[in-house]
Amino acid sequence: MPIDLWSLYALMLKSRLFEESVTQLWKDGLISGEMHLGTGEEAIIAGVVSHLGTHDAMALDHRGTAALLMRGVDPTLILRELLGKPDGLCGGMGGHMHLFSKPHLAASSGIVGAEGPTAAGFALAVQYLHPGAVAVAFFGEGAMNQGMLMESLNLAAVWRLPVVFVCKDDRWSITTQSETVTGGDLSDRAEWLGVPGVCLDGRDVTEVWEAARKAIALARAGEGPFFLRARCVHFEGHFLGYQLIRAVRNPLREMPKITIPLTQSFLRTSGAPMRERAGGLKSVLSAVLSTLRDPRRDPNSDPLKRTRSTLQSDSDRLQALEDDTERETGNIIALAMEEMVAS
Amino acid sequence: MKNMFFTQAVDDALSQAMADDPRIVVFGEDIPLLRRDLLVRFGPKRVKGTPISESAFLGAGVAAAMAGLRPVVEIYMVDFLGVCMDALLNHAAKVEAFSGGKWTAPVVVRAPCGGGYGDGGQHEQSLWGWLGHIPGLTVIVPSTPADAGGLMLAALQHDGPVIFLEHKLLSESWLEFLGSGGRRNIEYDVPAEGTHGPVPRKWEPLPIGKAELRREGTDVIVVSVGVGVHRSMEAAEILEKEEISAAVLDLRTIAPLDKTTLCELVAQTGRLLVVDEDYEGFGLSGELAAAVLEAGIPVKYARVCTQTTIPYARSKEDHILPNVERIRTAIIDLLKPTQITRG
Repeated sequence: MPIDLWSLYALMLKSRLFEESVTQLWKDGLISGEMHLGTGEEAIIAGVVSHLGTHDAMALDHRGTAALLMRGVDPTLILRELLGKPDGLCGGMGGHMHLFSKPHLAASSGIVGAEGPTAAGFALAVQYLHPGAVAVAFFGEGAMNQGMLMESLNLAAVWRLPVVFVCKDDRWSITTQSETVTGGDLSDRAEWLGVPGVCLDGRDVTEVWEAARKAIALARAGEGPFFLRARCVHFEGHFLGYQLIRAVRNPLREMPKITIPLTQSFLRTSGAPMRERAGGLKSVLSAVLSTLRDPRRDPNSDPLKRTRSTLQSDSDRLQALEDDTERETGNIIALAMEEMVAS
Repeated sequence: MKNMFFTQAVDDALSQAMADDPRIVVFGEDIPLLRRDLLVRFGPKRVKGTPISESAFLGAGVAAAMAGLRPVVEIYMVDFLGVCMDALLNHAAKVEAFSGGKWTAPVVVRAPCGGGYGDGGQHEQSLWGWLGHIPGLTVIVPSTPADAGGLMLAALQHDGPVIFLEHKLLSESWLEFLGSGGRRNIEYDVPAEGTHGPVPRKWEPLPIGKAELRREGTDVIVVSVGVGVHRSMEAAEILEKEEISAAVLDLRTIAPLDKTTLCELVAQTGRLLVVDEDYEGFGLSGELAAAVLEAGIPVKYARVCTQTTIPYARSKEDHILPNVERIRTAIIDLLKPTQITRG
């Protein structure tokens, strides 16, 4: 089957518009707690999920909304769940980090790295019950340092499980630059655990789709697990309201909250020698500077814009698709808001 | 005396101890950001970030403590101890016993705990009963800034493993990081007395294993920890207007348990209500009943605890976690004359 960029763009756009609406609801205070979005990683999710079908399974991380939407879960159910409604996808019990859809064999977890064992177990079951089906694990590169994920790569290799491990590499482990806490190369790491893999540009849906097609075909054919490492950016950082991104966007309001106590502490009499303190200050400043220079602030990093530019030759069709998706998402949000007001 | 916020007090006591004792080091995920004020004062040798590898860095913290350091290992949330429980259960807790009392692991494990801000059941648990269950572990759950600082100092001086839990509703920085994300339009039921209050000019260690009577009363003794103490105080104040006199005891330490104070107070009123945000079954609430029964004290007993997985939906969550109304009703029921029916 040849690649259909139109349908991939439609999937990504549906997810993007939905999550932008979620952002607004969160900012309005209608969603409590944390909110981890998939904005910026849509090309990875679309490029992989578009190959999945009946009996295929998904192990999702704390930002699983995009994968579930693209897999075909009713967006209204997801939205009601995020709003904590009893008729939400999980009865208001799970929230965005713990979304489950049994018909799609899709389970999320807020525990970093838990996708590894889950995908291995799903793969074990489908290999037995529905030969030819596969399990996909979505996780970040920060999770690659988690023991249970490394163990799962090994387990999948020795049991030749049909798992496609998808590492969404945005170079940030929560708020820490991953390169400062990661030894060696991650693609090598998977390889050394017996799982072959490729490294690709996760902002390019065509590249992801092609790589996922091969990886999933191998897994379906009983050739064992595969590892995809796809680079991407998360526009909002780890989660909405991440302090350093707030500080960069609104320095006058947010920066003093960081710098005043920092300076006071730096100048306290007892403590390390000045040379070591300077080392500490340097690493704090480096985190702020890398946030400033972060590629997520570069519009070229947006996977939707990239795909869109290739579809612009048929501008009427593009306009119609975007209008339809926007209307659909708008209707879903409006309906949920009406329900909120009514209840 | 001066005033401090809850986590500010913990960090202040910790920094006082770090200035006095060069063996104290601090590490955990995102620590360069979360404890940046300590980093710029004590330098990167003593304040370190870790990969998302809890089993490795908590286990390393236990062994580093055995080898002469005084590590404070931060775990992002007490829930995530599930990933690395072996380091506590089978190692930290057992070194002293296995070595015939010749060796200990003086590690402090610092973790946020508790719910009430809509983050869901994998991020809002209390779990102090689960930890207190294990012989060899000391478990501290402070409810005021003064106790938090004084008990942190005690933990750092203690010659064995200590779990130090900070309730997220009391912690100004955790609630901002996880609950509000800079939003001003979202509110949680935060007990003001627990979040900000007087602290000493210089920190002195408070005794571990010593409960504190927060409120005198003659009809019933309400025993709790953490946010539960403040909910109990509020219920007791409401009931005072209904001419019910409820005492409130803040355990402050789960293990070792201050059975002496508990039994004295229960003997005075003959009625015990346990308010425990942790799970009801096989935990702290049952342990308190056992302590009183073992002492041969006749008592009428009830408990208000968390019975199920904590729901994401705020409306459900507020009902599942011990709230003022549940506590008030339980006290009133406890004061009703017992009707014994013999069949």
